[in-house]
Amino acid sequence: MSDEEDDLILDELDDGELVLQMHDDLYDGMADEIAEAVHILLKRKWTPYDVLTKALVEGMRIVGIDFRDGILFVPEVLLAAGAMKKGMHILKPLLIETGAPQLGKMVIGTVKGDIHDIGKNLVAMMMEGAGFEVVDLGINNPVEDYIEALKRENADILGMSALLTTTMPYMKTVIDTMVEQGIRDDYIVLVGGAPLNEEFGKAIGSDAYCRDAAVAVETAKEFMARKHNRAG
Amino acid sequence: MPDKTLVIACGALAREVLALIELNNWQHMELICLPADLHLRPDKIPDAVEAAVLDACDKYSRIFVAYADCGTGGLLAARCAALEVEMIKGPHCYSFFEGNEAFAARGEVTSFYLTDFLARQFEAFVIKPMGLDKHPELRDIYFGNYEKLVYLAQTEDEGLTRAAEAAAARLGLDFERRFTGYGDLVAALADVSSQVYK
Repeated sequence: MSDEEDDLILDELDDGELVLQMHDDLYDGMADEIAEAVHILLKRKWTPYDVLTKALVEGMRIVGIDFRDGILFVPEVLLAAGAMKKGMHILKPLLIETGAPQLGKMVIGTVKGDIHDIGKNLVAMMMEGAGFEVVDLGINNPVEDYIEALKRENADILGMSALLTTTMPYMKTVIDTMVEQGIRDDYIVLVGGAPLNEEFGKAIGSDAYCRDAAVAVETAKEFMARKHNRAG
Repeated sequence: MPDKTLVIACGALAREVLALIELNNWQHMELICLPADLHLRPDKIPDAVEAAVLDACDKYSRIFVAYADCGTGGLLAARCAALEVEMIKGPHCYSFFEGNEAFAARGEVTSFYLTDFLARQFEAFVIKPMGLDKHPELRDIYFGNYEKLVYLAQTEDEGLTRAAEAAAARLGLDFERRFTGYGDLVAALADVSSQVYK
């Protein structure tokens, strides 16, 4: 059989089959196929929000589970994330046009002295996918940048990331400064990064340590729900 | 119990520890190494070290752990304290090879480091675990924020310098070689050695 005959014609799949195929393609990091499938679903009058949540976010959720369980490793997750990013690139302007639900606003960045942004980028992408507005401060952020952005953006959540054991204590500097300025309780503070753990997250005064991007999304949703309940 | 010291070292330090044992004629010092690839999962280092310490503690009068913090976020230090064994001070081998004070004083943020071990094992410990052998397109996702590769050389070895320079080119980074020798490792092992004969 020739390669051509092996090729799957995405447009010939029904919606259910196509979404499952997208989960497979995300898992395999096939960015072009994801882009094609996104266009097909949009052509079939799917809302951008449904394409995002049912096809892309659900696919990445599966990737996240297999990463947590040691079945997938960082390179595979990066390829999957690259594929999701390509799909989101198509959907983003449409989501803004169609007014998809917004769950809250997060300011995120790696801490001063740390340039490792892979985890931070994954969290930012998954938070966007879940319906949060994300203001990404990038890498190597001093405390002033975080606090200025939180106020400027009227954010709900601060996300801090560090890969190095030498830079992770800086998260405490940021939180201590927020306490000194009397603004700590105005924000949900989530921290993450390979060398962190729950104990560290508690010790520095964060609201939660998030072990991966999926946990970050669920934790953010949970805290936002509590915030709304308090406000109500 | 024989008056002997066991050094439980990261596999990435095997040559260096053996070289120092030979150079200083520390005949009372023996070495066992844990797999260097534990660095790919630092959370597993404390358990692996503990198992090795418990396995050896009734055979040696003193045990020294030749690891720095190595990405364990203080968990290895806590475990060593509980086991009453000493370890190397500092965050990682890049730091103690250069000297912890000197390394901290540089405050480098955008440098990626190789040691002799990593220059020799670049393919096995950098390229393959990161999937760059199969997906070179991921290079800039991993290394895009770095500016230079610093080769911290423990020995004068032209072949390793060339390998490190080639690694820098492959990662798209500037190259710098710094000769460090064995840095703080010398004093740490000398201290352990001298304490046996107190």
